[in-house]
Amino acid sequence: MARVLLFGRLSDIAGWRSRDIDSASLGALRDLLSGEDAGLGEALAAPGVQIALDQAIVRGDAVLSARSEVAFLPPMSGG
Amino acid sequence: MITLTDQSFDPGALLTAFCQGRTETGAVATFTGLARAEQGDTTTLELEAYPGFTEAAIGKIAEEAKARFELHDFHIVHRVGKIMPGEAIVFVATAAAHRRAAFEACDFLMDYLKSRAPFWKKESGPTGERWIEPRAQDHTDIARWETSKS
Repeated sequence: MARVLLFGRLSDIAGWRSRDIDSASLGALRDLLSGEDAGLGEALAAPGVQIALDQAIVRGDAVLSARSEVAFLPPMSGG
Repeated sequence: MITLTDQSFDPGALLTAFCQGRTETGAVATFTGLARAEQGDTTTLELEAYPGFTEAAIGKIAEEAKARFELHDFHIVHRVGKIMPGEAIVFVATAAAHRRAAFEACDFLMDYLKSRAPFWKKESGPTGERWIEPRAQDHTDIARWETSKS
């Protein structure tokens, strides 16, 4: 089970912040989330949304293990 | 030092503490950002961080600033959680031998925090809630440092 985290507007759209989900890869996880919730799928694919796997930014697909932490990060703004 | 806190803080006390015991630092520059009420449109601001990831990301850029501007030291304090108008959201202090490096490093760190640091900011008010994303100006501000290596 990978731990999936949503930040910022993504958690408002989905209605959850953290879930444990069984998935073999990032691509499969995206497909699963989009299949469950088309609005979330669209928001995850929006420009500027980055993915952190085990707290490091990744681009493209990646294999997930049972202990992976996947975070979807919309555009960031502090200060 | 990098501190994320859900408690309000006193920028003056932080500056006093930061200046203490420095006999070789000729210049300390600081920036304090306050939450705006936007004429009543904003009653609270909520800041979310990704614990661990946010500190590491800021740490990386702060070490880069330290090397680039030859800083003696830095202190970055950033609020998370609910913030009321008038409260301080962010405090950046930089220490260097001379003023130009201290000013520039402080400016650089704030430009980074506004558009690249892992925080998500939501304003709430009488007209509802909205997520704040970097403005075009914020992207222009950070781009200055990519073209003019000093």
